[in-house]
Amino acid sequence: MMTLARRRKLTNIVAMTLSMLAMLFGFVWLIWILATVLKLGIPGVSLELFTKMTPPPGAEGGGLLNAIAGSGVLVGIATLVGAPIGILAGIYLAEYGRGTWVAAATRFINEILLSAPSIVVGLFVYGLVVSRSGNFSGWAGALALALILVPVVLSTTDNMLKLVPNSLREAAFALGATRQTVIIRVSMRAARAGVVTGVLLGLARIAGETAPLLFTALSNQFWSLDLGQPVANLPVTIFRFAMSPFEAWQHLAWAGVLLITISILVLNVISRVVLREGGGH
Amino acid sequence: MTSIRPAPEHLLARHLRQRIADGAFLLVTRAAAALTLLVLLGIILSLVVGASESIQKFGFGFLVSSEWNPPKEQFGALVPIYGTIATSLIALAIAVPVSFGIAVFLTELSPVWMRRPLGIAIELLAAIPSIVYGMWGLMVFAPFFAQYIQPSLSAVFGPIPLFGRLFQGAPLGVGILAAGVILAIMIIPFIAAVMRDVFSVTPVLLKESAYGLGCTTWEVVSRIVLPHTRIGVFGGIMLGLGRALGETMAVTFVIGNTNFLSGLSLYAPGTSITSTLANEFGEATPGIYTSALIELGLILFAITFAVLVCSRLLLLRLAPRDAA
Repeated sequence: MMTLARRRKLTNIVAMTLSMLAMLFGFVWLIWILATVLKLGIPGVSLELFTKMTPPPGAEGGGLLNAIAGSGVLVGIATLVGAPIGILAGIYLAEYGRGTWVAAATRFINEILLSAPSIVVGLFVYGLVVSRSGNFSGWAGALALALILVPVVLSTTDNMLKLVPNSLREAAFALGATRQTVIIRVSMRAARAGVVTGVLLGLARIAGETAPLLFTALSNQFWSLDLGQPVANLPVTIFRFAMSPFEAWQHLAWAGVLLITISILVLNVISRVVLREGGGH
Repeated sequence: MTSIRPAPEHLLARHLRQRIADGAFLLVTRAAAALTLLVLLGIILSLVVGASESIQKFGFGFLVSSEWNPPKEQFGALVPIYGTIATSLIALAIAVPVSFGIAVFLTELSPVWMRRPLGIAIELLAAIPSIVYGMWGLMVFAPFFAQYIQPSLSAVFGPIPLFGRLFQGAPLGVGILAAGVILAIMIIPFIAAVMRDVFSVTPVLLKESAYGLGCTTWEVVSRIVLPHTRIGVFGGIMLGLGRALGETMAVTFVIGNTNFLSGLSLYAPGTSITSTLANEFGEATPGIYTSALIELGLILFAITFAVLVCSRLLLLRLAPRDAA
């Protein structure tokens, strides 16, 4: 009996130690990656980063102004287009489609699109827009990003609306409100914080997306906000600069990575705060 | 019209307006939802159409040929498919046990006040864009890997017959093994988050009963929690696999990007479907070259689609139980 008890205890200790080591293992990478990004990124951050264009190969100095502006425009348009579509579709699933197989099927497909490889979305937009129009363009890039944003917003909106108690809707219906009024004035108002969170999380997701921009917006060495042409953007610029042999480019790439990482982490933290503050009502 | 009294007309018009607005709103939301379906169909259709030239020319041989020669217009997908599957399996082999450990820690071991911050940290790790992992992998991890990890792996596993062949060769840092490790780091947060969520679905009553009988924490986890949630755990693993298969930037930076299959060694540089696309699609000439690349994309989509459908079905099977 003693040996059995001791063996069970020992197994437990070994298993729990391994579990703690696994936790530690997970955190070592997080800390290592963040420390590297800070260490190599901070020296590149200066006023020039935000005021100068990307430099030609081999040249010293320069900044990322055109890439930052281009990224801002692409992500902005993608959000303006994608967020309303995602919210409306989420409303349909949670409010109109309850219990129907159409909604269940749409939800299922959306979950798949949510984790589908983003490079395939890039190929799709290439086939849809770029190969027809004959040139890479900012519009194509914004469209690819919007397609990635929609499932994120849709899924959050759907989930948040499902959390709104039905008694609220019934009370509004009993007062004679139409369905649309109930949804906009009651359900959406109750789920507002959650929906905003979804949009912010979607923004964070597309801000760092590189693969779908490779064959759509491409990139641009120069100042370009003409969406009919290739548009400079941060992720693709980082990719090209990081893979290049020029040191000045690599420094800029690290500074760019720092910018993207910080903005995404900040977006994530804000979305959590919004959800917490809004959820407390 | 004039026979209708003013007050009802006013109310009638308002009622009509409301009904039109109501119907319009329903139509708009329904159209937005239908768009999801359209996008999926559009993706499949555009990939099939784009790949048709290559499918007609190479047929089934595309899947088993390892020749990738743009100047001669000979294309075979074996090397990229091998790279995609090998890196993803390596990633799973590392990520699954680690994620399991993390989920056990977060649900059973950790003090309650630590659970939330640790959970958030894991979720933040999942939010870091893949290009950051890729750059870190190429510039920081690969040199470290070549100098410290690869030689010791060779020393430990190298002498074993057959299996050891996987760990022989020049320690370059970049290569299939390094790409697999980076992918593992990337998917650990995803799998760990799903496992934590499904573990917390286990009824407390069952766990308390087992503890009451004198079970150790490990026994509760392995005999109660895991059997109860195994479908969800499997779904989470498949979700991670789906991520790993479709990941582009993290792999492109560290896999080495060569289209040759040079032996069994995992140290050898290779290529994956995603990294081939990322590197070559931009400069591919229209015609058969582009078509072959799109067929690669189609293969990738087919594989990930199958994996994700399995994952979702498994996770769905768990859902009714947690709602009940």
